[in-house]
Parts: sequence; C-alpha cells; structure tokens
Amino acid sequence: MVDESTATLSNVAAEPGASKPDPILAADGVRRSFGGLNAVDVDHLELQRGAITALIGPNGAGKTTLFNVLTGFDRPSAGNWSFAGTELRGMAAHRVARLGMVRTFQLTKALARLTVLENLQLAATNQRGEGMFASLVRPLWRGQENRYRELADELLARFRLDHLREAHAGTLSGGQRKLLELARALMTRPRMLMLDEPMAGVNPALAQSLLEHITSLRDEGMTVCFVEHDMDMVMTTSDWVVCLAEGSVIAEGPPRAIGANPAVIDAYLGKHHDEPSSPEQPS
Amino acid sequence: MDFAAILSAAVTGAIGPVAAAYALAAIGLNIHFGYTGLLNFGQVAFMLVGAYGVAISVSVFGLSLWLGVLVGVLCAIVLALLLGAPTLRLRSDYLAIATIAAGEILRLFYRSSYAEPLTGGVFGLQRFANEFYELNPFPAGEYGIGSITFSNRDLWVMVLGWGLVALATVFVYLLIHSPWGRVIRSIREDENAARSLGKNVYVYKLQSLILGGVIGSFGGMVMVINTQSANPDSFDPVVTFFVYTLLVLGGAGRIAGPLLGAVVFWFVVVFFDALLRQAIAAGYISSDIIGAPQAGAVRFALVGLGLLLLMVFRPQGILGRKEEMVLNGR
Amino acid sequence: MDSGRSGSRRLAIRLLLLLAIGLLSAILPATSAAAQDSEQNTESVGGTIRGPDTEPIPDIQVMVTKNGAPIGEDTTDAEGTWEIPLPEPGSYDVAIDPDSLPDSAVPREQGGERLTDVQITPGQQRIVIFPLVNPNEQSDGDEQQGSTPTPQQTGPSFGQRFADALLSGIEYGSVIAICAVGLSLIFGTTKLINFAHGELVTIGAMVAFFLNAAAAGPGIQLIFAAILAVVAGALLGGLLERGLWRPLRHRGTGRINLFIISIGLSLLLRHVILIIHGSRPGSYTDYNIQEQLEFGPFSAAPRDLSILAIALLTLVGVATMLQRTRIGTAIRAVSDDRDLAETSGIDVSRVVLTVWILGGGLAALGGVLFGLAEVVAWDMGFKLLLLMFAAIILGGLGSAYGAMVGSFAVGIVAHLSTLWFPVELQNAWALLVLIVVLLVRPQGILGRKERVG
Repeated sequence: MVDESTATLSNVAAEPGASKPDPILAADGVRRSFGGLNAVDVDHLELQRGAITALIGPNGAGKTTLFNVLTGFDRPSAGNWSFAGTELRGMAAHRVARLGMVRTFQLTKALARLTVLENLQLAATNQRGEGMFASLVRPLWRGQENRYRELADELLARFRLDHLREAHAGTLSGGQRKLLELARALMTRPRMLMLDEPMAGVNPALAQSLLEHITSLRDEGMTVCFVEHDMDMVMTTSDWVVCLAEGSVIAEGPPRAIGANPAVIDAYLGKHHDEPSSPEQPS
Repeated sequence: MDFAAILSAAVTGAIGPVAAAYALAAIGLNIHFGYTGLLNFGQVAFMLVGAYGVAISVSVFGLSLWLGVLVGVLCAIVLALLLGAPTLRLRSDYLAIATIAAGEILRLFYRSSYAEPLTGGVFGLQRFANEFYELNPFPAGEYGIGSITFSNRDLWVMVLGWGLVALATVFVYLLIHSPWGRVIRSIREDENAARSLGKNVYVYKLQSLILGGVIGSFGGMVMVINTQSANPDSFDPVVTFFVYTLLVLGGAGRIAGPLLGAVVFWFVVVFFDALLRQAIAAGYISSDIIGAPQAGAVRFALVGLGLLLLMVFRPQGILGRKEEMVLNGR
Repeated sequence: MDSGRSGSRRLAIRLLLLLAIGLLSAILPATSAAAQDSEQNTESVGGTIRGPDTEPIPDIQVMVTKNGAPIGEDTTDAEGTWEIPLPEPGSYDVAIDPDSLPDSAVPREQGGERLTDVQITPGQQRIVIFPLVNPNEQSDGDEQQGSTPTPQQTGPSFGQRFADALLSGIEYGSVIAICAVGLSLIFGTTKLINFAHGELVTIGAMVAFFLNAAAAGPGIQLIFAAILAVVAGALLGGLLERGLWRPLRHRGTGRINLFIISIGLSLLLRHVILIIHGSRPGSYTDYNIQEQLEFGPFSAAPRDLSILAIALLTLVGVATMLQRTRIGTAIRAVSDDRDLAETSGIDVSRVVLTVWILGGGLAALGGVLFGLAEVVAWDMGFKLLLLMFAAIILGGLGSAYGAMVGSFAVGIVAHLSTLWFPVELQNAWALLVLIVVLLVRPQGILGRKERVG
C-alpha cells in the first residue's frame, strides 16, 4: 500500500497544480486577502490520498492561513475546495472535522484544566452523552463512555502518555502537548490529519517518536498533511512536498526533486528568512 | 454592643430566603462563567424576567402562580436566545457588554410609565404569590434555635428556596460529570480546540446560556415570592456583581461554590451591616462621618472592596485549587 | 448548501430579534383587558407599605378622599398591608398620614405622601405604592422620576422639537465621546475593559463640584475648578495604572480577572462617593440660568454651545495628537500589536501610563461637562458607562475614532427617541441600538472583520 501510493505519485509531474491519481483534497482558486494583501492565492492544489504531503515555504508564505481556510477556521475571499468528494466552502470548522479532516495547531491547544484522559475522551465522536438532555441519564451513555475510555487508554499507551493519564493537560511539557494533540486528533478517527508544525519546540528524542508515529499512521492508510520548517524532517518523512511562497504554490514534487528546485531555493534564499513584513500579520 | 444579636442576624441572613435566591442565581452563573467561560454580566436580567414572568402572569393576567413560573422560565429561554444568538459567535467581550446592557434595557423598560399597565412601572407589582403561601404546611408561629428564628412564612420560603438550590446543584452535578459537561469545560479552555474536534461550540454555548439563565430566573422568582413584591429597581446591575462576588468567593467552576459562596457572602455582609449599625447607634462611629442612612452604601463599598481583594489574592475562592488558577491562561 | 443553511439561520435569528423588539413595543402600551374582566368584585384600593429597608411598616394611617370628601381610611397591619373599599369607579386621592410614619422613613419625593387623581376602573382592586426612603435621600419631586412623555398637542412644532433634540443629542454624544475615547484607548493598549471608567467621570465632576459649589469647598469659579478637576482625574488615572493595574499585569493576572477587579473597584469608588457626597444631586454655581440663543431652527443656551465647543475641540485635539505626535503614533502602534511595538523599541509601559493619564483627564473633563449639562450625582458616571460601552462597540472595539463616531450615534439616538418615547427610556433606546448593531454588523461601524486562528 505504501509502495502503491509512492509509486503512483512517481508518475505525477513535478509542477505546481499537478493533478494526482487519487486526490482526497482538491482546491481551486482559493484566495484569502487581508486589507489588499493576498495571504493565500492558490490556483489549484490536490493532495494524494494515503500519502504524507509536506507543506513548506518561508515565513509568511501563507501556510497556516491555507490550513485555516481549508479546515473552516477562516473564510476565504474566493475559491472552492472539496474533501473526499464533499464541497467544503462555507462549512463550519466543526463540520469539517466531523467529515474526517482534523487539524492540530501551531501553538498547541491542550485543554489545560482537563486531564490528559479527558482530553482524549472529549475527542471521541458521536457521543450520546453530549446531548444536553441525554447527559442527565447516565445509563444512556455509560457503555459507550467505557468503550471510549478503553480506546483512549490504548492511544495513551501508544503515545507513552499513560503515566500522565490523570494529570491536568496544562502541566505537560511542550513536546508532551504535541503528542497529546496528535493522540487527541486520532481519537476522532480522522481520514486525514492536518498537522501545523508538529515538531516545533519538541526535543529531539520526542521528535523522533512523533515522526515514527506519523509514518506508521500513513502505513495504516491515513492521509497526512503537515506544515514544517525542519527540512531534514520533510526530506525523510514526506512522500510529496508542496512549496508555498507569498500565498501561491510555486513548486511541488517528490522531496528530492523539490530540494533542487530553483524556485524553492529562490524563495528560501532570495528573501530573508525572518522577514517581519509577513502578510499573516495584517497591519 | 450586642455581639450575640449581630451574630444571630448574620446567621439569619446566611440561611434566609435571600441567600437562597442569590445561590440559585450563582448556580446559573456558574454554568456560564465557571464551566463554559461565558462572560455573562447580565444575570440580573434573567432574574428579572423570571420574577416578572410570575408577577405579571398572576397580577395582570390572573393566571395561576404555577403557570406564571412556566411563563418566567419561557421568558428566560427567549432572553438567552436573543442575547446569545448574535453574540456567542463573537469575542467574549461582546457578550459581557451586551448582557449588561440588556439587563439595564429591561430594567428601564419595565420601570417606565410606558410599561406601567403591565409591570406596574416604578411601583412594581405586589401580592402575587398567595397561592404559594396558602400551601404553607407550617402552623403560624416562630421557629428556630435560640435567637435565630424565622416565622412560619419565612420558613416556607426557605424550604422552597433551598429546595430549589439542592435540586439545581444535583442537576448541575449530573450535567458537568457527563460528556456534555466535558464539552462545556473544553470550550472554557479553548473553543477552537473544541471546534477542531468536531464540537458545535456555538450550540453548546447557547445551551449553557439557556440553562444558566433558567436557573437564574428561578433565583429571581424566589426573590420576589419572598417579598411578594416585584420592583424593577431591585434588579439593578449591582445584583449581578453581588452574584459574581459570591460565586468567586465560593469558587467558580466548583459544584458547591455558589452554595457556599451565598452562605458566607450573606453572613459577612449582614454581619458588617449589623456591626456598623450597632456601632453608629452606640456612638462608636460619629454620625457626622457615617450616619445610619449611609450604612447601606458602606455595604456596597465593602462588597466592591471584597471582590477586588478576592480577585487579586485568592481568585480561586474558598473551594478552588490554586494550581488550576495557574493553568488558567486567560 | 451548508452556507445557505447557516445564512438562513442567521436571517431567522435576526427576524426573531426584530419580532421580539416589535412585540416589546406593541405589548407595552396595551392595557390588560384580561385582568379587568377577571374580577367582578367591587372596587377597592390597597397596598403594602415598606420602609427603605423593604421591611413592612405597621400602624400607618391611609386615607382616601374624593374631591376633598373622606371616603374611607385604614391602618396598615403587621405585614404593612392596607385596603380600603370604594363605592364606585372614578378618580380618588389617596394619602398616608406623614405623622404616622417612623422617623427613619419619608416619601421618596417631597409631597409623595399624597397621590392625587388615582383612577379606578370598574371592578378594579388597585394597588398603589408609597415609596419610602431614608430622610436624606428625599428628592424634590421634580426630577426625571416617572416622567411622562411631553404632550404633543401644543408647544413647538415637530421640526422645532426635532432640531432641539438633535442638538442635545450631539451635545450628549460629544460628552460621551470625551469619556469613551479614554476607555477605548485603555482597551486598545491593555485589552482591559475598565469598568471603573464611569467612576473616573464621577470623580472629575465631584472634584469640580467640591471646589466650585460645595458648602465646605473654596467656591472657585467653575472654569478653574474644571481645570483642577482634569488635573486630578489625570493624576488618578496615572495612579491607578501605577498602583494597581501595572503590578497586577506583572503578576500575570488574567484579562478576565482584571475585568472583574475593575468591577470591584467601580463598586467601591461609587459607593465611597455616595457616602461622602450623599445621594442628593448637585449643580455648579456658575452658568445655570441663561437666555436661549436662536440660530435658524436651533436654539440653545450659551452654556450648551460652550460644552459642545469644548468637547469638539478636545476631540479634535485628541485625534491630532494620535495622528501627528510621536506619543500618538506609539499609542496606535501599541494598540495594533503590543508585541510588535515592544520589539520595535517602543516603551510600552510608558505608553500605557500616558494613555491612563490621558484617559483619566478626559473622563474628568467629560464629568464636569456632563455635570454642567445635567446634574452632579454619585451614579452619573455609571449611567454613562454603559453608553460608553455601547459607543465603543458601535464604533468597533479598540478604535478611538470608532468610539467617537459611536458616541455621537448613541447620544443622538438617545435624544431623538424622546420625540416619540418617554425621556426615562432614552438610554434604553441607545443601548438597544447596541444590541441591534451586534446583530447586523458585529465588527462595528468602522471596525474590521476579525480573523480567527
């Protein structure tokens, strides 16, 4: 299966907007402008099902804004996109998540005063006890709650967070929070994970285990798209790389090809990496 | 000075019908502020519509008291929808300002001469709870221990008030210790995280606003059934601040916080009130500085000071845990 | 499809609200026919008399007369209630005997012990109330209390009244604007919703009142008293920032906790003012009685024109400062993005201190002008506070210019409403505008749409 997805991608032209054999996400003409500046301006983009796609680009390239738009956390100025055949334009964020496209955040959003276990339990879908009236009648949801607790415990063990089960999420270290957020996203049984800088601020040991988690997820058939700055990670983990600069896709292709792409090198070296005039901070 | 009298006045205040009414309002606010993180600064508006729902139904339309209670609850639901629908998608500041404005709008409309045929204007409405008092099972007389006594009438109102408090507390306990409560608390922590996990945050906030508002409206009903008089000016914005003070005092986001807060708050307030009045009467405090009429204002000033010091030095209240306050990034 | 649904839901919500507003205004004037039909007993009048502490008072004598002739009398029982049967529907006078009142209670207004022309409809058992207050809280009875809409049949033409209301609205708005700009700047730079801003207004007015008109004060001419009041307000603003807010921010106190602390501060200051000043409103000694000047359709006293001129000049001054000076630019930069401003070398804590000093001074000036236009009272600032909030949201949270625009809208709506509705409701209409704006254009008149995530 792994070989299949990488093999199919090997026949795809390494050019912006290239069409994929089995896209799970397809975007057309998605634009988001802030006060005249186009933070995102993507003509066409497809993401292959079952593959790991890395989204790279210099600071302010619009990666996070694109994430926000695609997952319903921001409204685009124009454009259409679909996920697994469903048109998403105008859909509220929680409905996008229920369709199976689940995101994490650049700055982790651990629910500080909930325990680690509760963080995971919260993420389970279709909970009967989440109805206002049903919540008062415990027998209606006790069985389901127990099943989800077992599932959560399995995930905690897999991510080696089980010893922190009853700790408040707010007491976790930055790396542990990243792990928790990933585990929490998985608890929703997503079809596709959108990870916004999953490695930022994570110590090398934890980063290695996060990486392994991500690749093993892909091996189980999950689609993953992540934003990352660390080129080593991009090169070793991803099946396909999309490079954004000034809101547009300037290049895409397999990792090795993208490293040598002149447009990418230009985008990274032609501009200062830490240029403050990022369009993500509208003045 | 008669400290025994001061103390028994304070205890009477702490367990009396007024404390029960405030406890109910605070239980509602606890759902909003303590568990969902909603900044509702118009809890008094829910109390007002509940109180007047009863008063108008009975006094003006001649309905039964129990039907009036239903009307009061419906009014609270409508108010929650009206306030929540436009503001719950916006930043929390907007809800804070919209709710406090709504409270004042309602008070001003209810007290206006324009609304007098319905609300009695500045005079309010009286004697609408006879049906309730006719059911009083306690024979006439005084009940109590030592100098802490209540009339059979007060006792009956206390049974109603604290009975409702107990019911509401159990209700909130069940709600919060359920998956619904987990979603609500996750919204308090970070609503975008909840959204990213597929929770319809807007609907949950609206549900929370309605539930807390309805419980608050019961607080208003107990308040006016106790006095048999609904007057718009007893629903001043300051009432909301009192409710906040006692909620924070007891511990916001704790099940027993509102209950403990109401008892302790009214004990302290009545204690200082009685102490001050006795001190003035006994001449310890010159009436040139603070006369009997100003004693009421001193109560409000002290509550303000108490709220300020509480939030600065012990924002988690009596029942809260310090470490949770540290985690509270807001 | 989904966007269509959420769109139609929003529309439904708006309709619901409009419907509710409509219902509110339709229901209010309607008299209750139901109640009159339900009772077939004979007419009577009654009530419960309660003292300022809301405790019922027994043994008070109540009398009913018609055209001077006694009809009946009663004495309140232990629960404070009384009831007097009446022979027929009509108009009666009801009075309590002031001598039977305890010393601690007097009617809320002078002359309030007698209610004249109480209308009794057939079958009605009417309840009347004698509001009682502590002796020093009695008012003269000529204030806004229970005022009714001005009769429309006589007096100046509608156009004339419209012009008058518009002018007063602009004046009111300009006073709100002076106070609201400071509140908005404080919010912009510190993200604190300063609930105690109303008290800065009251204190400004009170300082000037003490210097100008209080019996114990020096009796300084109002203009000098006002200048001193502004200085005092600015000092108080700076003091609050240095002594309270900055230390709290350094302790890492959360934004919402700070907001609640400001509520506590507001309660404390307001009631300390009440204890010191008392509840009786006061007026400055200067510029009280003036000839009206006519300008085309407008007529105004020189006092009101001066208030308007001072307010407008101040607003222009503040705008110029924000736009043209270094500190003004720094204030705008901090409001835009505090962290960015800090990294680009702006001394944020100095900027915040400046904003507090400015806000305190402006609030004090607003208080003096408001006190001059109306009266100086212990809760004047608190009444203004909600209007300031409305103005700030109307103009777009955190924008100083938005706050100005919003203030004028609030002031004008408040005064124009008096053309059709009772004066006592003018602030309610202004606040209602706030709710409607939240519904239609939540980012405010001048605000930007916010970004999520």
